[in-house]
Amino acid sequence: MPRYLTRRLGQAVLVVAGVVGLTFAVMRLVPGDPAVAFAGPRATEAELAAARARFGLDDPLWTQLWNYARDLARGDWGVSLHTKQPVAQDLALAFPASLELVGAAMIVAVAAGVPLGVLAARFKAGLPDFSVRLTSMLAVSLPVFWLALVVQTVFAGNLGWFPVAGEYDNSLDVTSPLRVYTNITIVDALITGNWPIFTSTLWHLVLPALVVAAYPAGVIAQMTRAALIEESGQDHARLARALGFGRIAVLTRFALRPAAGPVLSLIALVFAYAIVNGFLVEAVFNWPGVGRYAADAIRSLDTPAIAGVTLLVALLYVAANLAVDLLQGLVDPRVRGR
Amino acid sequence: MKDEHDAGTAEAGKTPDPITVSGPGGLVVPAGVVLRRTPLRALAGAARGDLLATAGAVLLAAIVLAALLAPWIAPYPEDGGTATHPAQALLSPGAGHWFGTDQVGRDILSRILFGARTSLFIAVAVLALAAAVGVTLGVVAGYAGGWVRDVIMRVTDVFLAFPALLLSLALAVVLQPSVATVVVAIAVTWWPWYARLTAAVAQSVSARGYVDAARCLGVPAPVIVFRHVLPNSVTPVTVQLSLDAGGVILTAAALSYLGLGAHEPTAEWGLMVQQGQSLFTTDWWVVTFPGLAILVTAFSFNVLGEGLRAALDPRGRSR
Repeated sequence: MPRYLTRRLGQAVLVVAGVVGLTFAVMRLVPGDPAVAFAGPRATEAELAAARARFGLDDPLWTQLWNYARDLARGDWGVSLHTKQPVAQDLALAFPASLELVGAAMIVAVAAGVPLGVLAARFKAGLPDFSVRLTSMLAVSLPVFWLALVVQTVFAGNLGWFPVAGEYDNSLDVTSPLRVYTNITIVDALITGNWPIFTSTLWHLVLPALVVAAYPAGVIAQMTRAALIEESGQDHARLARALGFGRIAVLTRFALRPAAGPVLSLIALVFAYAIVNGFLVEAVFNWPGVGRYAADAIRSLDTPAIAGVTLLVALLYVAANLAVDLLQGLVDPRVRGR
Repeated sequence: MKDEHDAGTAEAGKTPDPITVSGPGGLVVPAGVVLRRTPLRALAGAARGDLLATAGAVLLAAIVLAALLAPWIAPYPEDGGTATHPAQALLSPGAGHWFGTDQVGRDILSRILFGARTSLFIAVAVLALAAAVGVTLGVVAGYAGGWVRDVIMRVTDVFLAFPALLLSLALAVVLQPSVATVVVAIAVTWWPWYARLTAAVAQSVSARGYVDAARCLGVPAPVIVFRHVLPNSVTPVTVQLSLDAGGVILTAAALSYLGLGAHEPTAEWGLMVQQGQSLFTTDWWVVTFPGLAILVTAFSFNVLGEGLRAALDPRGRSR
């Protein structure tokens, strides 16, 4: 295990270095001179030179890349052009809201996807199987921004069952102010016993979380179905069936467990994917997360903010992959040898 | 010569690549299996047993036809472009305009038919670019092994760390928004999947007797790679391409929805949703039909790809 751990960690460090380099390269492609953007169109030659010197634009590219990486490591992610705040600080405030939304969506997705997959595998090639395959295929083919608009207009606009937008009713900040610990509103409200904000947040979560959950639920259902069908053909599952366990019991107690590894790793990867998908949903539902921040940044061509969001999600992706591999290595010795 | 080759495969067998590779569309294709059956035969097999895949193939054929024939079958061909008819703005669906008209009076059905051209063009261009780069790098990595493989795979890992929509988003912000930008931006994030998939297959192909034989006869490495290894390694990629087309269309629509892709007067479904969204509560058809067009197209690619995958999977695990 220690050898596997160091090798896998070494790979992750290389990938992070590459991610930083690639983000730097993309941001250097920005058309226009950053010094002009800073000093303004009517700046004199001397002012431009001063701006260039200030941002280190006269240094060789390697030095600039090194300085960029050093600043990132120190937590200096640049200053956003549209909020005028440090990007790292903006992201630290926005990310917990995204985590709240995607976390809720993943709970829904697992709660819906796994039982549907079991159902489809139990009635393989029958009507339930066909319905689950059809539904899950539709779920992964939905354009998420459109689904968000439709759900918002129908269930919040026309029917008025749920709030249209936002994370919770902001007037509650006056009547029952929230004490902040984790910045994840629903968790803070729960641990401080702030029930008005808790119920309001839960109520606001329903629609966006369902929309974000559609894609992962479809993928999880398909994956669970395929893994269960493969496992239930194995000797141990057939033995259990011969011993008199019912079909559902065999699937859930004997086939689901060995299939848990691939399904769990898929869930971790889909989680990272859902964060990006959540961006579009946040923009529609005005959810105060990284996605809305990115959408605002796009509108104002705010490159430091875009770079920050890109970097944050890429690092999350690397971390999710690493966690999955290490967990699987811990659980399954065969993975370590490969 | 033989000993040398055996040492090579033994070492290759230890590389940490997983045997299954999940595509950007999130669906899983078994790799490492050399498939003898052709996609065409598999398609016939899929059609016999799989209602969904057949439906996907039929729908897709209809969409391709609609895209090709758009200038002739669209009720108002001039509405695919710059035409405006302010007097007919926001007519609800009816006899003259089956899907209604948009805010400048253009027929939505016509624009959806022309939008099929944009979406299919983007899908084909992205997949062709990504497959060309990914398969070339993958087959080289799989055949060469050793440090060449390690370098290519680590570069691939870096690109894989960026979710497709995100890096395209960053690229689309720094480039000028256009259909070409969307194609480049998505292709940049898409090729690593094919590199990984091809590398895994090419590695097992490279260990075969006929490759050994070619090497013993003194055939130069580039010829072995592109004449012998490549044609025997591409079948899984063709299946993956069909699975991924839906994902490309969804990503491209999302970029255009965010204003980073196609722009007026190009007919593009994501852009149509964005332009109509402020009118959605009063004029439901301006958003509903373009969105359905995206859904149906992505769905047909997905079920067709899934059917192909199942038909080509020798273990038949998901049938």
